[in-house]
Amino acid sequence: MPDAIVLDQVWKFYGDYAALRDYTLSVAPGSCCALLGRNGAGKTTLLRILAGLTPFQRGTVRVLGEKPRSDLARRELGFLGHGIGVYEDLSARENLEFFARVASVRDRKRVVDAWLERVGLMRVATMPVRQFSRGMRQRVALARTFLHTPKLLILDEPFTSLDDRAIAMLSELLTEARGRGATIVLSTHQLREAMAIASHVALIENGRLRYAGERTEEMLNDPGLLYRLHTELGAA
Amino acid sequence: MTPDSYTASIPNWVPRERGLASSMRTLRQALSVARKDLAIEFRTKESLNAAGAFAIVILLLFSFAFDPAADATREIGGGLLWLVFAFAGALVFNRGFARELPNECLDALLSSPLSAASLLLGKAMASFVLLLGVELVSMIVFGIFYDMRWWAHPAELAAVFVLATWGIAALGAVFGALTVNLRLRELMLPVIIYPLLIPLLIAAIELTNALFGTQPLTPDQLLWGRVLVVFDIVFTALAFGLAETILVN
Repeated sequence: MPDAIVLDQVWKFYGDYAALRDYTLSVAPGSCCALLGRNGAGKTTLLRILAGLTPFQRGTVRVLGEKPRSDLARRELGFLGHGIGVYEDLSARENLEFFARVASVRDRKRVVDAWLERVGLMRVATMPVRQFSRGMRQRVALARTFLHTPKLLILDEPFTSLDDRAIAMLSELLTEARGRGATIVLSTHQLREAMAIASHVALIENGRLRYAGERTEEMLNDPGLLYRLHTELGAA
Repeated sequence: MTPDSYTASIPNWVPRERGLASSMRTLRQALSVARKDLAIEFRTKESLNAAGAFAIVILLLFSFAFDPAADATREIGGGLLWLVFAFAGALVFNRGFARELPNECLDALLSSPLSAASLLLGKAMASFVLLLGVELVSMIVFGIFYDMRWWAHPAELAAVFVLATWGIAALGAVFGALTVNLRLRELMLPVIIYPLLIPLLIAAIELTNALFGTQPLTPDQLLWGRVLVVFDIVFTALAFGLAETILVN
């Protein structure tokens, strides 16, 4: 049974600095892997490699059985990075229609309407995103990411700066995505939210994988446990 | 769909497109990008205002610097126009990819099903339309202030403008993508593209000057038309072939 994501001895250098060192990880299809680690550990680099946005120097990466950036991988990918990835001068509707068109979403208008309704932006659908509050922008970004029903979701710190309502919405969307068999890889500092949704966790420190495995009940009850057990800082 | 059926479908879950279907998809996506860029541009008028104002001001100033009625001035008309269009083009290209930087929209596009080739092609299409708009306005100003009857060969002149403008737009899209992440991209882009534009500009100037006259084009002058066609083919192919490398690597 092929894994949805395979990283085999991956090295990524920025100049002389190794951001990822001999990184090996597999993510089973349908699972949700929370990528944990402190700032600068290499989480974003790893997610960008998986999304095909950053080239790597050594090793092998397979996303849904394909190379990252292959046509097939991109069609099934929903990526949410640090930026919201929507245009300030277009309305929420125009943004979603554009990304739906690019993804060849069928019955585009109905799908966009449904997402606007779902993220609570129907009332302001024709307003430029420039005039939106931070929370509203995040909700447009979520709709953009989930719009084409991706089978793989790569989310870089998706809970950051979300309000309670948006956190609940995202958790619900992720649970639904898992329910339909989607694979999720997300990085986060919000340990409690991550542990609640994750089936697996991977801990990264200084570009090295320190721990990868199933999320246990102990982790759920004590989200900081993993750091204490498996990182040098935690051990110290 | 259960996780098991999902796994089983991994190798073939999306039909692979080949040939015509793939080309049509690329074209459709490129048109979507162009439409989006034009919608933003017509709303903000960031590059249209700058490029249009630049072109009109230069043409106006030159009409005072030279005697517009003199034959010599008319002979440099084509050169003046295409230099203005080339410089106005840089203002348009600078905004083309810079528009994708706020909110990391470029990452959103590159991780979407949009191919890099579609993105470059779409950017070139949008720049092409904007530049043609600037050229049309400039030609009206040019006709008035230089007392130039440029409509003697409208079809031929339109063909030259379309071919040359597409060449400038394709080159601008390629190098606009290359310089998008540079800190000094506004300076770097013109420095890189102008030397490469020389053959296209010479051909466009020669043909435009010839078409401003009343005589039909000679076979020698028609050769410049071929230069335009070859330039367009080369840089359009380059944009397609190198899109992935330029935008991702």
